Amino acid sequence: MANASAKLNAQSPCFGLVPIEHGTVRVVEVEPTHISAIAPFKGKTTAVNKALSASFGVRLPAVGRRVEKDAVACLWFDHSHAMLIGAKVDDSLSSLAAVTDQTDGWAVLNIAGDHVLDVLARLVPMDLRPSVFGTGSTARTMLQHIPISLSRLNADTFQIMAMRSMARSVVHELDLAMENVAARG
Amino acid sequence: MRLDGKGQIDRTTPISFTFDGKRIDGFKGDTIASALLANGVRLVARSFKYHRPRGIMTAGSEEPNALVTVGTGTETDPNVRATTARIYDGMVVRSQNAFPSLRFDAMAMNDLAAPFFGAGFYYKTFMWPKKAWEKIYEPFIRRAAGLGGLSGRPSERRQEKAFAFCDILVIGGGPSGLMAALTAAQSGADVILADENPELGGRLGHDRVTINETGGRDWAAAMDAKLRAMPNVRIMAQTAVTGAYDGGVFGALEQVSDSTGEGVQTCFWRITAKASILCAGAIERPIAFANNDRPGIMMASAVRGYLHKYGVAVGDKVAVFGDNDSAHQTALDLVDAGVNVVALIDSRPDVKIDATFPVYSAAEVFDTKGRHGLTKVGIRQGTDETWIDADCLAISGGWNPSVHLTCHMNGRPTWDAGIQAFVPTPNSIPNMCVAGAASGVFSTMAALETGSDCALDQCRALGFDVGTIDLPSAENTKYTIDPLWDVMGDGRKWLDFQNDVTTKDVRQAAQENMTSVEHMKRYTTQGMAPDQGKNSNVNALAILADATGREIAQTGTTTFRPPYTPVPIGVMGAGGQGKTFAPERFTTSHIASLSRRAPMIETGLWYRPSYFPQDGETTWREAADREVNMVRNHVGIADVSTLGKIDVQGKDAAEFLDFIYINSFSTLRENRVRYGVMLREDGHVMDDGTTARIGPNHFVMTTTTAAAGPVLRHMEFVHQALKPQLDVSMISVTENWAQFAIAGPKSRDLLNLVLDHPIDNDSFPFMACGTVSAFGVTGRLFRISFSGEHAYEIAVPSRYGDALYRMLLAQAESLGGGAYGMEAMNALRVEKGFLTHSDMDGRTTAFDLGLQGMMSKKKDFIGKTMAARAGLMDPMRPRLVGLKPVAKGHRLTAGAHLFDVDADCIRENSLGWVSSWCHSPTFDHELALAFLKNGPERIGEKIKLNDHMRGISTLCEVCSPQFFDPEGARTRG
Repeated sequence: MANASAKLNAQSPCFGLVPIEHGTVRVVEVEPTHISAIAPFKGKTTAVNKALSASFGVRLPAVGRRVEKDAVACLWFDHSHAMLIGAKVDDSLSSLAAVTDQTDGWAVLNIAGDHVLDVLARLVPMDLRPSVFGTGSTARTMLQHIPISLSRLNADTFQIMAMRSMARSVVHELDLAMENVAARG
Repeated sequence: MRLDGKGQIDRTTPISFTFDGKRIDGFKGDTIASALLANGVRLVARSFKYHRPRGIMTAGSEEPNALVTVGTGTETDPNVRATTARIYDGMVVRSQNAFPSLRFDAMAMNDLAAPFFGAGFYYKTFMWPKKAWEKIYEPFIRRAAGLGGLSGRPSERRQEKAFAFCDILVIGGGPSGLMAALTAAQSGADVILADENPELGGRLGHDRVTINETGGRDWAAAMDAKLRAMPNVRIMAQTAVTGAYDGGVFGALEQVSDSTGEGVQTCFWRITAKASILCAGAIERPIAFANNDRPGIMMASAVRGYLHKYGVAVGDKVAVFGDNDSAHQTALDLVDAGVNVVALIDSRPDVKIDATFPVYSAAEVFDTKGRHGLTKVGIRQGTDETWIDADCLAISGGWNPSVHLTCHMNGRPTWDAGIQAFVPTPNSIPNMCVAGAASGVFSTMAALETGSDCALDQCRALGFDVGTIDLPSAENTKYTIDPLWDVMGDGRKWLDFQNDVTTKDVRQAAQENMTSVEHMKRYTTQGMAPDQGKNSNVNALAILADATGREIAQTGTTTFRPPYTPVPIGVMGAGGQGKTFAPERFTTSHIASLSRRAPMIETGLWYRPSYFPQDGETTWREAADREVNMVRNHVGIADVSTLGKIDVQGKDAAEFLDFIYINSFSTLRENRVRYGVMLREDGHVMDDGTTARIGPNHFVMTTTTAAAGPVLRHMEFVHQALKPQLDVSMISVTENWAQFAIAGPKSRDLLNLVLDHPIDNDSFPFMACGTVSAFGVTGRLFRISFSGEHAYEIAVPSRYGDALYRMLLAQAESLGGGAYGMEAMNALRVEKGFLTHSDMDGRTTAFDLGLQGMMSKKKDFIGKTMAARAGLMDPMRPRLVGLKPVAKGHRLTAGAHLFDVDADCIRENSLGWVSSWCHSPTFDHELALAFLKNGPERIGEKIKLNDHMRGISTLCEVCSPQFFDPEGARTRG
């Protein structure tokens, strides 16, 4: 039987990789307490919305949108899934939706600063002008060759979610692009 | 010679650089060309084929002659246009294509042999003997003919790629582009204005032009400031739009910094625009006369440009020759600046000009003299021929609109007889309109008007409210031309200066029946490569039209291809250098594995440890053999997190899995695991793995590492397209769990050292699964085995992966075990006949693998019908068997083919191949898995293995693929 005094230390996905900062742009790791994928079963979307509203004051977002209330965010993730970030969902939700724990699967990074759009323009092939991708927008896209989820938290802050195993590559790409942008002054 | 008080260079900032080792002084704002001309340097290059002395011909990116190499060492750029590259302190510039020196070039003997080197010379001459082409002729020609060379070493400099988006992209910042950008921006559109030059204004900087009673240059500067102040305008200077592509995407090359310093040097942009306005201007074209390529012979507009923009008089005695009025301006501007104009030669009879210099009307330049630079110009007027002294000849054969970008999607331009040039055909590029000189209108006023009109049209089309625009006033003179393509007379008359193509070459091509313009281009090389026909195209077409008795309009033009200006391959590959070539995926145990000196092997994007060398072990085999024995006798730990894990939930999850797998999963009990095989629609095996039922409607599937993505995609397709009625949902949980195999007779002993509640064979029999707790962390335990041993896989949330792996290793070592890598894993599974994608290579069926018994007869599943085809159930198909060498020490190799013992080892006799191989420490000889025709029926027979590549031939015995513990007693222990 396991030694009762021994204990497993937790390590975050970007352990030792961030924060990084070049010029005006800074990248930090976010460690949400919980990330859950939620895919409502057939005919249960309304019930899921009701349950989420009651628990967290958020509903399943529309395609390409991210909603947030009191540090709990819910973002569109794919054709069937939304991700609830920042709170544990009640076990009873499992009767309404396929709920999957994703807390340890994602490296979550916030990138912010005056030149954040210039940095992302070097990595993400998307139109991120505020008129097209404003606050509360989210998308599954690419960061160089790396698949990511990208959300705009406010005018100059974006959240990147990447597969945990690729954290080092993500940070490396961001670091290079940030350095290049900063070098332009 | 530099003129006082002229030009836009910064005379307070002197800059010096070297050209072929010689110091040259210039000022900030100078190009290499303007600085060389200011210092009286005329000879700057040797031509491509004939090694003729060449000088600077233009003042823009169309320059065909003055290509130079800039930089040293790895940071060497060949074929830099001296006319566009700005100088910086310490810049090292070298001439190209000359040996031993620019002035005394040994290869200039090519010029003497010119009669032999005409169009089609290679094709006729180097035909025989056939072998000599690759070994002798081609290397020789490549050395003799050519432009600059690369360093051959990787560049250290920074380059990048980037994306930009806008409503309207304005290409070119001359008068029409500035007006278009302002008009569009005032209508509320997001505008990007891109120009290849550092300053906006286009020809306004090169000419004396008045707009709204101010100088054109000042007007452009004011417009620049006005546009920069608007939030919806982005000005991209030094950014050449190089190509137009599908979906409103344009490629553009930004020159970020000149030097080889720390910063980014170039950036390749992909600009997506809803609409675009092409304001690329026009390029002046030369005239073909004998020896028209000498240093000192320049385009008339370039002579004006060097005067007005750089304050450089390009000669002391300048002659001007043209067939249109724009040549006159050059003569007048030079006189105004105090430069000696020795002649204006106009091919038209009724020349009207108020001149203080000799004017020759209805006259032509028929020849020139001067070996390393122009000294004399021969003028023919009627039958009179006279020679005058001149060190510069400014020529103008008219203007060609820069239609290039409009042709990038296979559009062809239209011939306009009024201006004797091709103009863009409307709608050649979706949502692009063309303004200014690029559209064939050559006055400043027309440029402003068409720029504004295009912008209004584009804004209306995009739904913006357009207001009224106040147009400034400017000159609006009519452009008149009476084209002169080819001056009569002997001697070589150059058309394409960059590729060394003369009028004679084009006529010869026509004579040899290369009458199609595309054939002529390929036969003569006219307009090819970096030039893309900027200077020579229309002239060459005119000669071809004349030679074939057609009109130019009928002759047509060749295709202009991207890029408009050369783009370094390095910048296209930016972001793909070194480690950024592909993302890397690391397991949570990566650092711990590295600290145990494990060499890594790539599996897709994942990095997995190959083996864990110990002191004294000199080969990978020693380590792998030790690890196999360790697992067979004690216990081993391996990170298996890279295998795909797919969470499947829903009330129809079991039914869905029944349809995905060939075997049944609806019958699987909760807390149990089952091995499954899935097929593609075509009946071949797609993947295999185990699936655990962790709840009534909840399964966790594992896939192979390589197929994790494809299997999830396949399942999504099946659900969305074939079985949308099923209430099931799936998502990857690969990354959420760190999973470790614990294999060996002592695996349970080890587990019970880390689990909070011990297990035994009753609570956790073979193929059981369940929730467990290790050091207080909740995880999942699966009793499955890929080694044939009593084994488990334990999964914990990834944050604990590193800690658990280290803990498991420490406990394993206390039991005589340790870590094992991919090599040992392979040997363990080959000994057991377990499959990987080496064996399920996409061509094999369940029948081939001996798994046909798993294909359920009670239900439908993907691939069932196709797998039942007679051809896929033919016993003569190569089917899975095991092989062992008849003589113990003999080698087996993966990829080798199998033959009957007495058969010749030729393709026709091949009976199959070896798919997997290992050295088995358990049996102390090599083992292989192979596909053999009629294989299972040949067990016990001898077969010959032949590896043609490695030169190995081994007599083998065919056996069952389950070499070790075929009854599986060890796994159940």
